[in-house]
Amino acid sequence: MNAKEDAWPEGLYRTLKAAKVRQVGYVPDAGHKRLIELCLADKALRTVVLSTEEEGIGLAAGAWLGGERAALLMQSSGVGNCVNTLGTVRECRFPLLMLVTMRGQKGEFNPWQVPMGQATPAVLQAMGVVVQEANAAADIAPAVDAAARLAFGSYQAVAVLISQAVIGIKSFQEQAAR
Amino acid sequence: MTARLNRRDVAKALLQERGDLLVVAGLGSTAWDVTAAGDSPLSFPLWGAMGSAAMIGLGLALAQPRRRVLVITGDGEMLMGLGSLATIGVQEPRNLAIVVVDNERYGETGMQRTHTAAGVDLAKVAKACGFRNAKLIRSRGQLSGLRRAIHQGAGPVFAQVKVVAEKIPLVLPPRDGGLLKTRFRKALLGEPADLD
Repeated sequence: MNAKEDAWPEGLYRTLKAAKVRQVGYVPDAGHKRLIELCLADKALRTVVLSTEEEGIGLAAGAWLGGERAALLMQSSGVGNCVNTLGTVRECRFPLLMLVTMRGQKGEFNPWQVPMGQATPAVLQAMGVVVQEANAAADIAPAVDAAARLAFGSYQAVAVLISQAVIGIKSFQEQAAR
Repeated sequence: MTARLNRRDVAKALLQERGDLLVVAGLGSTAWDVTAAGDSPLSFPLWGAMGSAAMIGLGLALAQPRRRVLVITGDGEMLMGLGSLATIGVQEPRNLAIVVVDNERYGETGMQRTHTAAGVDLAKVAKACGFRNAKLIRSRGQLSGLRRAIHQGAGPVFAQVKVVAEKIPLVLPPRDGGLLKTRFRKALLGEPADLD
């Protein structure tokens, strides 16, 4: 991965700022490591560590009730933790912006990640979430920019799935080294 | 110790002269209690999302730091989102209060006993999670102090209020989620809410 490809979290951070996102909820993922650091360092953002991804759906709903925009960062396994609360997003037509780093998808080394990773798009779609994909580093910021416009402009729940090919972790050892 | 407080009296006492207090009510009995105390566009009663009431309160409190936010929910609902107490404790929202109306039962499904009936102490959990003001409340005399803490106290505030396990008439709020969201935002944010 060259330096430019490695800088996608910076572009993503600028995109969230331009979209007027004020609250960021996250359960850490190796793929979101840099973006989480950028968000935590920004005192104009409220960056909330969650004990489970489901909490983020409530956070984002509350933020919107209070007039603020939120974004949620999670790994594909966390999508499964959100399912019932996505029903509330749909019933109330809350805007929702989820940035999901994929596991169990391209080059996965942990078999336990595969079932939820493979089911992630179908699960989201079953709950009425618009699923969009970013398959290359250069696509991520533009994809999230478009997703944010769709979410907040058209009151939709939108998930951008960031391909495991972009994250590029190939082994436990490599993940531990990050 | 047998609980003596009645849940409707608790909600009424805490919500009297509520002013510009923002209220999130957990699904089931607490949504009916808040409605019985007087429906308001600044109440957001939940009909689903069990376990999410406290987190909705957190997002709202962070977005509206100059307003006070009260989450009023049941013991079963709070137990489903216990981790959110840790999340809120980390954020330390000064303007957020969470009141658990604890009848030690799942009231909508046949009054089955919850964990609190077996002694799980939610106030101690909240204290351990960083709520600076976390109390177990059993008597009517403590309610005015709790109401004061909700409106003025340094949060996050937590109270577990033991109430009688009773079946009482339903007092239902509107159930259209889109309507509840829109009326809340309009009452809080004014006309710009429709244009954002």
